[in-house]
Amino acid sequence: MVDITPNAPKKKTNWMPMILGGLALVMLAAVAWVAVVVLKYLWVETTWFIPALIVVIKSLALLVALLVIIAFFLLADRKIWAAVQLRRGPNVVGPFGLLQSFADLLKFVLKEPVIPATSDKVLFLLAPLLTCILALAAWAVVPVAEGWAIADINVGVLYVFAISSLGVYGVIIGGWASNSKYPFLGALRSAAQMVSYEVSIGFVIITVLMVVGSLNLTDIVLAQKNSGIAHMLGVPWFTMLNWFFIPLFPMFVIFFISALAETNRPPFDLPEAESELVAGFMSEYGSTPYLLFMLGEYVAIMTMCALTTILFLGGWTPPLSIPPFTWVPGVVWFVGKVGFVFFMFAMVKAMVPRYRYDQLMRLGWKVFLPLSLAAVVIVAGVLQLTGWYR
Amino acid sequence: MQNLLVDYLPLVLFIGLSAVIGLALMIAPFVVAHQNPDPEKLSAYECGFNAFDDARMKFDVRFYLVAILFIIFDLEVAFLFPWAVALKDVGAFGFWSMMVFLGVLTIGFVYEWRKGALEWD
Repeated sequence: MVDITPNAPKKKTNWMPMILGGLALVMLAAVAWVAVVVLKYLWVETTWFIPALIVVIKSLALLVALLVIIAFFLLADRKIWAAVQLRRGPNVVGPFGLLQSFADLLKFVLKEPVIPATSDKVLFLLAPLLTCILALAAWAVVPVAEGWAIADINVGVLYVFAISSLGVYGVIIGGWASNSKYPFLGALRSAAQMVSYEVSIGFVIITVLMVVGSLNLTDIVLAQKNSGIAHMLGVPWFTMLNWFFIPLFPMFVIFFISALAETNRPPFDLPEAESELVAGFMSEYGSTPYLLFMLGEYVAIMTMCALTTILFLGGWTPPLSIPPFTWVPGVVWFVGKVGFVFFMFAMVKAMVPRYRYDQLMRLGWKVFLPLSLAAVVIVAGVLQLTGWYR
Repeated sequence: MQNLLVDYLPLVLFIGLSAVIGLALMIAPFVVAHQNPDPEKLSAYECGFNAFDDARMKFDVRFYLVAILFIIFDLEVAFLFPWAVALKDVGAFGFWSMMVFLGVLTIGFVYEWRKGALEWD
């Protein structure tokens, strides 16, 4: 009998990976050594390194906390939406579907990234990155509790306003770079919508600024703690009455609705009206570029919730300045209020039908703009005549 | 200069960190995910057709008009910011000069409205 099995290929030691691995190890050791030396020099010899390191650690803590909270708020959004429609919503991953957002993240990362052949490839990838970075950047000045802002700059409101205005670039670059009709039309619509409502948001912010007399976000919150209706009525412990949502109630409503439109939330989600424009400017995106758009959108929503909380709901201050309430740390109140505003966002999404585009523009330009402009004049006039400055 | 740095360096660091997070997420699928592109996958989406032509096409001039109107009003808001912060200090003269400014802009706004620049139908 003849053995017909082919000869096994000769075992030959392959030296190449070993040499490369050894080299890599040596390189790694060298890099680590250089890093240690540099770090030691920075730590001992320079004065700026340690404060900068502290800032980096604080920033990282805020970013991680923000992203984790967003993961759960996103789930809450879907759960509320489901509950209103008598569905269960995500309930498979983890207990009550609590880990759904993390599973989604993993899935996005493992998806094939597709860059359309006709697109502007650099701009195509730049757009989601820009959206995400700008949305996150606004959080640098948000005071989540007294003195808990990363950068407590004196032009805080202006900074948030400027950064959130820049968000429109991500949308328009994404729609343009895709070189496809739906994203293009979606981007145009979205950009027009975002800039329209930004004007009334600006006017509403102006009214608050006139009352406070400062652009610093911490000052705005403190103004709602240390003066206002409660102090006028002689019940200074009833902090809730101080919050600007009572004296500036119409502004609060305009701000809330404009925030919905500004962040492309339903009922103003026309750029991604799936019955008309597939997914708007995101149609060509998949994998993490899409995730970055989505993340940017939710971070922007959170920013708007935080801004509503700071401008109108007294930031981190408790509703009543008496013991059981003052024992709770400020950050808990802040997150709670942001959660409350987000709940309103979610309920609006679940309950209100989508606007038509001409109605949307009419509401922005013909209702909110004149109203908020009049409000600026009225608030300024009242302050001027009565001298009710802070 | 020192104060400026103390105020704004954290801002730069924060934006840098968020850029790192964004970049990490952006690059991750290019490293870990399976990639198998083909011409159909890479073509522009147009409801199942091949794309008829380039998407760089004409669009409604009203989008352009909205952009211009936005610039006017956003500049107005930018003018109002310093005035609003200093309202306590500018006194009656400052107050009334801004009212005149707002009045002029309101006339412009009424003109736009009457001209139909805000119509979308």
